[in-house]
Amino acid sequence: MDNLLRLWGRWVLSLVQDAGRMILFLFEGLGLAFVPPFRGRRFLQEIQLIGVKSCLIVLLTAAFTGMVLALQGYYTLRKYGSEGALGSAVALSLIREMGPVLTALMVSARAGSAVTAEIGIMRITEQLDALDTMAVNPMQYVVMPKLIAGLVAVPLLTAIFDVTGILGGYLIGVVLLGVSSGTYFSGMVQSVVPLDINGGIVKSLVFGLTIILVACYKGYYTEHGAEGVSRATNQTVVLSAILVLAWDYVLTSFFM
Amino acid sequence: MIQIIDLVKSFNGQVVLDGINLEMPQGKITVVIGKSGVGKSVLLKHIVGLLKPNSGKVLIDGVDITFLTGRKLQEMKKRFAVLFQGGALFDSLNVFENIAFPLREKTRLSEAEIKRRILERLEQMNLSPEVGYKFPDQLSGGMKKRVALARAMIQEPEIMFFDEPVTGLDPPMTNTVFHLITKTHQESGYTALVVSHDIPDVFQVADYVAMLHQGRIIAYGTPEEIQHHADPIVQSFIHGEVDFLEA
Repeated sequence: MDNLLRLWGRWVLSLVQDAGRMILFLFEGLGLAFVPPFRGRRFLQEIQLIGVKSCLIVLLTAAFTGMVLALQGYYTLRKYGSEGALGSAVALSLIREMGPVLTALMVSARAGSAVTAEIGIMRITEQLDALDTMAVNPMQYVVMPKLIAGLVAVPLLTAIFDVTGILGGYLIGVVLLGVSSGTYFSGMVQSVVPLDINGGIVKSLVFGLTIILVACYKGYYTEHGAEGVSRATNQTVVLSAILVLAWDYVLTSFFM
Repeated sequence: MIQIIDLVKSFNGQVVLDGINLEMPQGKITVVIGKSGVGKSVLLKHIVGLLKPNSGKVLIDGVDITFLTGRKLQEMKKRFAVLFQGGALFDSLNVFENIAFPLREKTRLSEAEIKRRILERLEQMNLSPEVGYKFPDQLSGGMKKRVALARAMIQEPEIMFFDEPVTGLDPPMTNTVFHLITKTHQESGYTALVVSHDIPDVFQVADYVAMLHQGRIIAYGTPEEIQHHADPIVQSFIHGEVDFLEA
């Protein structure tokens, strides 16, 4: 029992230490955005890696999510004679919840894992050390542009997700199941309020920063060769997903 | 002049460097030898500021690098260049961009001048200009080392560090790399530290040799002095008597 408590205590301590280190890592990374050189070119490269290259997977996920929401929503609402509320049901589900969460999970799976692998390989092949010895701060050259790109790209991808999802819902609800186009959009306009949109934006900002922070942190502190990179990549995807869902609960309860 | 004074470093309670004292004279090549895993690269990483010691000093021209932070440390780092064991070339950049990297980061030279200097360095390393368009994964081990050396040399450093410069290379390429080190040293007159276990090949570039064993420098002298050193551990290492060393 004594040993078990000791093990448990050690685990909690290491968790708290890790969380503290990650927060310091975040502050250092973001702080370097205000110190010259400003790395505009690197930022654009990261927008391409994290944002542009995630567009296709976000578009596909969004379209199918909107289609499924419309299909499920239509048959449920029809039981109560409320097919007219389909547009608002699809839009609210996407803007408040599904858009930010699914975009974050998709970006984490695609770009987050790529970021960890890239930085992890730079660590084990001494490329980060090489930057350091060339008087180039690796945190500023490698990590900072990725953090800022995550902060910018994920909200934009979420907006793309929302719009695509609504169009996917339109395709099923209006074109396939016969809900009137005017009803679909007017219900949406009436029910979606600025707080819903603001909530979605705040969520996507927090999620974007969280997943890229985890990805950079895990990559930066990779150890033990190729196996270490594989483990770090795996941890990034799992930890990002858990943190996104946990943040989602916290932020939802805040905005409700 | 680089001076290491009573340098101690341990990882998770395991002492790797146990009071290192060493001097590297200005303009000379000092080679640190020792078996794999003895802490040679750890020593090098302390001198270039990548690791902080538990205690002790690393003085570069009288300035203790272990206490430097921020801009002062960056300024100090501009004085030296490192050739890493695997080359540490940036995967995402081609050879030309890799060699140009320190110049683009640290200087305001025009692109035409950068290109001229790169071509000069490629020629110095016996590499054709076409290599400039290749990416690191398209290069052989020897080419990677030479490109990394070109990237280091283009910074015109006062101090050069070589971490296992010939490990994994075939004998002709080993001789080529050692020849390039000697040639660039004669041309530039830099102070150098070479970390290696390639005996006796590494003696051909050394002005002074230090042997690291169990966290301490156990022998120091010219290559001739080391080759005739009385310490049985030194003799065992030079002659590759592995069992004796392990004991």
